[in-house]
Amino acid sequence: MIQSRGVSPRTGSARAGSDAHCCRPDRCGGESMVTRLSQAKERLIHGGLFLCAVISVFTTAGIIWILATESLDFFAEVSPLNFLFGTRWAPLLEPRSYGILPLVCGTFLVAGGALLLAVPVGVGSALFLSEYAPPWFRTAVKPVLEILAGIPTIVYGFFALMFITPVVIKPLFPDANTFNAASAAVVVGVMIIPTIASLCDDAFQAVPRTLREAAYALSATRLEVSLRVVLPAGLSGVTAAVLLAFARAIGETMAVTLAAGLTPKLTINPLESIQTMTAYIVQVSLGDTPAGTIEYQTIFAVGLVLFLITLTINLVAQRVLARFRSAYE
Amino acid sequence: MNQSATMFNPRLSRRRLVAGLFASAFLAITLAGVAVLGVLIVSVAGEGWSSLSWKFLTNPPSRLWPENAGLESALFGTVWLVGITIVVTIPIGVSAAIYLEEFARDNRVTRLIRLNIANLAGVPSVVYGILGLAVFVRWLRFDRSVLSGGLTLSLLVLPVVIIASREALAAVPSSIRHAAYALGATKWQTVRAHVLPAALPGIITGVILSLSRAVGETAPLIMLGGLTFCTAVPDGLRSDFTAMPIQVYNWLDEPQPEFHHLAAAGIIVMLAVLLSMNALAIGIRAWKQRKRLW
Repeated sequence: MIQSRGVSPRTGSARAGSDAHCCRPDRCGGESMVTRLSQAKERLIHGGLFLCAVISVFTTAGIIWILATESLDFFAEVSPLNFLFGTRWAPLLEPRSYGILPLVCGTFLVAGGALLLAVPVGVGSALFLSEYAPPWFRTAVKPVLEILAGIPTIVYGFFALMFITPVVIKPLFPDANTFNAASAAVVVGVMIIPTIASLCDDAFQAVPRTLREAAYALSATRLEVSLRVVLPAGLSGVTAAVLLAFARAIGETMAVTLAAGLTPKLTINPLESIQTMTAYIVQVSLGDTPAGTIEYQTIFAVGLVLFLITLTINLVAQRVLARFRSAYE
Repeated sequence: MNQSATMFNPRLSRRRLVAGLFASAFLAITLAGVAVLGVLIVSVAGEGWSSLSWKFLTNPPSRLWPENAGLESALFGTVWLVGITIVVTIPIGVSAAIYLEEFARDNRVTRLIRLNIANLAGVPSVVYGILGLAVFVRWLRFDRSVLSGGLTLSLLVLPVVIIASREALAAVPSSIRHAAYALGATKWQTVRAHVLPAALPGIITGVILSLSRAVGETAPLIMLGGLTFCTAVPDGLRSDFTAMPIQVYNWLDEPQPEFHHLAAAGIIVMLAVLLSMNALAIGIRAWKQRKRLW
């Protein structure tokens, strides 16, 4: 977007130029001194700004270091194979068992259900906003999406517990548990709709106008332009949006803790109470688990799995997004 | 030849019908998203309106007397947390954005930092809680203080602030930079005197929106030391704290419905804070667009 980097002169030559045509006679006396000082200052500022940018790298390094070292202690006691492929998660009850599959299954049940709701709604409303809506409608709806995206997840948890389960799920499925994966999936879906809608809208906006006009010139209807030109052209942007939203749904914590329950279970029935990885981490930290015990270390092991899953999805999404950008920008 | 001519059938009326149907379906879907927001607000308001009063804002929370319980310590706890987050993230975040957008060469290190920030923005908030627990609470021994909470939230919000500030800086046209360079300004002089002021409304909007995330975050704060029940307003960086979302969770966890009303009232206050932050951000954006700085 900005080409200034290539054009801008190096600091030194810029100063030399300004000294040659110095318009402030009072400053021209000690010009070499001033130049050297301001160059030093410039370098100092450059370094300071760089340090601020590097803090983010330290954050990532810190996350990886902490998760890895504490997990190593955990894996000294529990074999990684039992951890990854065990089908029973009961670290707080006797007989103890540390198979993470029920937590992973619960997480994907909620996140998958959320995508089922959020992808059609998000992509559909993005198409509407980008291809159909008049400008005033866009400017009215975009802030609403922003507000929906900014609502704290605990509010969505309350919404699931007080509204979705008793008013929507229970009347439809009377045998549903008070805490169930379905209500969590619904609210997490609502939560990620704005993410999908606004990222897809960006993607559709980036599709060149000429493609649309070519299709309209062949007498395509607006729907055909939307579905057969804009959607395929923006598909990698849509993919990235869905992946980012999926990662968000997997990492979602408070709403699923409140709505989906705290019983780790290897099931695909959304009406049952389950537990996600994030909910387990919160559950342990709510209790008084002393540091150094194996119960305490489980949150780092589960956190490591959670971090690796979301990191992988995010990296793939970045890759896809970069390819999309290079195609159209 | 003749056959292909008869095969061509544009079926325009049918296609237009389908197009019209889909147009209304898309509209309905979009409005559904807006409607959910309405239902959410109505259901929260219906549950919590009765508990909302001036007393609710000025009383400390109570486990025994729901009719006297209030949000005072939580409200001030949130103010402290946001204050610390502002002090930490704005200088670091904006500086990092300036570096990446204005100073950095397009080399491997820069690309690594950019990718890293994009990924940090996608790290689940509980993971930040784990980081805060290990680094601030245990390693640096800040304990479960408002300082630990504020620093954890700062790390959480930092990538969002950097990304928003970068977008604002990138939106400043390069002609402004070129004009400054042409007058012999150094890079930093250009940024400080021209690019930064031009990008400021955009940066402020982005910062406000990312701070609103800090107001509502629950999980990382719970990670720092469980759901402590704190009735005192923080009086320093090292004092114990509670925050609005923690207090809401506390009340939701109680079995009696009176406490659920309190939780809803707490949510109303929290949403009021968030909506006014959003309104401020949207207002600044609108003002900037009307003013047309370039």
